[in-house]
Amino acid sequence: MDATSDVRDIAERFTGLIGGPITALRKIVEACGHIQSAHVATVADVFNLSVAEVRGIVSFYSDLRTEPAGRRHIRICQAEACQAVGARELTAAIADKLGIGLGETAADGSVSLEAVYCLGLCTNGPTAMVNGDPVVGATPEGLAG
Amino acid sequence: MSLAKVPYETLANALGANRIADDLARSGHQVIRTGSHGLNWLEPLVEVDGVAFGPVKDAGDLDAVRIGPVQELPALARQQRLVFDRCGHVDPFDYDPAWIRAQLEREPADILEQVRLSGLRGRGGAGFPAHIKWRTVHDTPADEKYIVVNADEGDSGTFADRLVMEGDPFRLIEGMLLSGHATGSGKGIVYLRSEYPLAAEIFGKAIDAARGLGLLEAFDIELFVGAGAYICGEETSLLESLEGKRGEVRSKPPVPAIAGLFGRPTLVHNVITLAAVPAILDIGGAAYAELGVGLSTGTMTFQLAGNVRRGGLIELPFGIPLRELIEDWGGGTKSGRPVGAVQVGGPLGAYLKDGELDTPLTYEALAELGAGVGHGGVVIFDDTVDLVQQAHFAFAFCAHESCGKCTPCRIGAVRGKETVETLMAKGHRGVPGTDPAGGGDRHGDAELAIIADLCDVMEDASLCQMGGMTPIPVRSALGLK
Repeated sequence: MDATSDVRDIAERFTGLIGGPITALRKIVEACGHIQSAHVATVADVFNLSVAEVRGIVSFYSDLRTEPAGRRHIRICQAEACQAVGARELTAAIADKLGIGLGETAADGSVSLEAVYCLGLCTNGPTAMVNGDPVVGATPEGLAG
Repeated sequence: MSLAKVPYETLANALGANRIADDLARSGHQVIRTGSHGLNWLEPLVEVDGVAFGPVKDAGDLDAVRIGPVQELPALARQQRLVFDRCGHVDPFDYDPAWIRAQLEREPADILEQVRLSGLRGRGGAGFPAHIKWRTVHDTPADEKYIVVNADEGDSGTFADRLVMEGDPFRLIEGMLLSGHATGSGKGIVYLRSEYPLAAEIFGKAIDAARGLGLLEAFDIELFVGAGAYICGEETSLLESLEGKRGEVRSKPPVPAIAGLFGRPTLVHNVITLAAVPAILDIGGAAYAELGVGLSTGTMTFQLAGNVRRGGLIELPFGIPLRELIEDWGGGTKSGRPVGAVQVGGPLGAYLKDGELDTPLTYEALAELGAGVGHGGVVIFDDTVDLVQQAHFAFAFCAHESCGKCTPCRIGAVRGKETVETLMAKGHRGVPGTDPAGGGDRHGDAELAIIADLCDVMEDASLCQMGGMTPIPVRSALGLK
């Protein structure tokens, strides 16, 4: 799902709603995997904003990614409650195992690693999210799949 | 047929609650899905005919993890639950609107007075007296006024907002309806972070259910899901975000209660602040004010997290000593090692240690230590904690999350991070006068002096508390005053 007309349909569902451009961009990421420059122009047109304003929004929010994630997208919590139970060591181990660091995607697109700051599961760290599903008591083996 | 209660909540679900609920239904139980009690070390905590079992791994062998009658669980019975009284006990959608309908018949002036008498202060971090905001919104003339709920719960070690939105969403809706009625607002918006997808699902369903019950005729509620920005938990950044823009912090004044969302008077409150209002109206503002200590009135929803044996949500009146929370309630560290440091109040909160752990948890006692209650998060580290590394993280987090509008925060955080890196490269332990190079070489101390100076500038000159409070974890971790 990439056709510009479909992206326009998505964006038009959120005109007139609170925070409309942000929700539209978030839904475009959900539908297309990432935001392309053509999408930015479409959203700017639908919301009567300049392309620069929409680019400004995209660059501000970390969910509004402009590069595709890996097929297995692993977000590892880097915040204090998880640090207290080994998040740094877990991150180093999985980065070593997969050969990519935080913010990187494997060359074959199979897997990507990303930092996240708190999933609200702070009693059961280290925590992570794999393709949107929360993982508690995370291990390098479990996350790598 | 026996009645089984199984939580439908992010943590319990991650630990297998959905599978357990299916298994129990297959073995002939009538299953209802409730919220979580917040006794996280017992999740998935299943209740069958009033008896608690947990942590349940196998629905076919509950007796292996039998705890006892839910009503007698000490970890629940010793709490004083005003916000979380229903959470965990009920199916949130099995809701009787009679109470809230009756409350909405009360005069706005009566509700404002009860909130004033209660001494309720904001539970998001700033601790500002709620009634002053309510009064200001009420008294400011406008064609439209807004109630904005800050559910951008980004502080590590906190999950109270998530638990109430997943387990008792109507408690928040009640608080919103009451604040709307009291201040003359017809529109409420909840700003929920995107890291909480289940809370979004459940709360969205609760809005629809409330509409179906006819509760949203004079006051409507809209749910907005954020897009990944810690700074949007700052109230003016949050308002910018709701206007569909970059979440850049605004200068104050004007305060949001006078000119907030789209320039209209806006009551911005954390989830727990509004979720406390139904209890205040139920028991009366004066009775609520009798709980707690001094100006720290009522109950606080503390959250014990990190390296802790029994982590979870503990709702108690203000004033409990931090050490009691950690040792009696939390059972010490999960690793079994001594406690090394405890960060209270999220990433912008102080690292406390040793004698500081005897501090009673009140706004005033923590302020004396240069610390704060924040959103009630208590993150425990054992004695392997490297506090220089934690100071580094505090700067790095600020650099990552800074909105970039003001220079002290945008530049200060980066320079601070780099300077701590120099300190680390020198093997300095972060305590003044302990430079390992010794002799005449005090280069580590020179870095500490730069960090102290940066902290002063960030604290005095940042536009908001992101830059303004980053010095709190840095100074406390490095032993700077």
